[in-house]
Amino acid sequence: MTPFQQDLVSRNVPSFEAHIVVLELSSYQEDVNFYIPTSPSSLTSPPRVVHSLIIINKAGGLVYNRSFSSHLNTISVNDLLVLAGTFHGVHAITKSLTPSSLFIPSNQRTGIEVLDSSSFRLNCFQTFTGTKFLLFTEPGQPNVETIVRKVYELYADYVMKNPFYQLEMPIRCEQFERGLVSYMRAK
Amino acid sequence: MVAQLCTDFDSDYNQVNSQLDKMGHSIGMRLIEDFFAKSGTQRCANLRETAETISKVGFKMFLNITPTIANWSADNKQFSLIFEENPLADFVELPDDGRAQDELWYSNILCGILRGALEMVQMQVEAHYVSDVLRGNDTTEMRITLLRYIEDEMPPEDD
Repeated sequence: MTPFQQDLVSRNVPSFEAHIVVLELSSYQEDVNFYIPTSPSSLTSPPRVVHSLIIINKAGGLVYNRSFSSHLNTISVNDLLVLAGTFHGVHAITKSLTPSSLFIPSNQRTGIEVLDSSSFRLNCFQTFTGTKFLLFTEPGQPNVETIVRKVYELYADYVMKNPFYQLEMPIRCEQFERGLVSYMRAK
Repeated sequence: MVAQLCTDFDSDYNQVNSQLDKMGHSIGMRLIEDFFAKSGTQRCANLRETAETISKVGFKMFLNITPTIANWSADNKQFSLIFEENPLADFVELPDDGRAQDELWYSNILCGILRGALEMVQMQVEAHYVSDVLRGNDTTEMRITLLRYIEDEMPPEDD
């Protein structure tokens, strides 16, 4: 507490007045070039622009897909399955492309992680157990790592801990769905 | 739960043990995802690191205990986890029908969990109890043996 505030307290000034004093102090700091974010938009992280999410099991089968924006072209489930299988293969190839002269142990080589294009970015996160999470986002999307982690946590909580979910089978869990949507919409 | 299994299998403790192990196996296969999602650990380079992680991160996270790692074999493929305390067995006394003391491994589900979890990260292990305070031994000791690393590219059902 500043001496000034202590003075206020000792004189029994109601607390809301003390609040105003604090606010004035912060605007004073702004005057002397001390950056304090004021607009609410700069306080929160930028809106997450995640187009869609695909989960591929360790055998290359599509177990989950969901899109989060409405203006995407829809493709048939069949095509998605082919896409998942193809990506799985490409991932395996890129993994073995690592030059052996780099002396990276084989279990630490990763396959394709990011695929960039002018209109979207494809992020691939593979868990140690072989499950792949593919996230389609805007090209400049920051903090993808955090989003993927969160999705993985939701997956571990709502899918793996659901006793009625069979491993490696397509995911139909309402709670997972709800958790995902509320996380993606949170801005 | 263990009591229920004993009733179900008519006190055939060997079968109870293997059933517990099987149940643990399915739990482990799912729990491993939770472990990685919440702990953010990196891949272990060798079995020693794995043992450390199991004890200091895994058991700490799920049971809030840290079993001691001991008795490494010469080829670094076997180790023991020694449990000073075991939340699963806190209030347990084995039935004294003369056989449970010799045949039942009360916490065998933990072996199964470790086996399932490690299998998901391409390590095939064998886990079993060698002693248990519930049986009147001085310590509770679990022996873990690494059988082999499963080759990455091949899903287990293909080979």
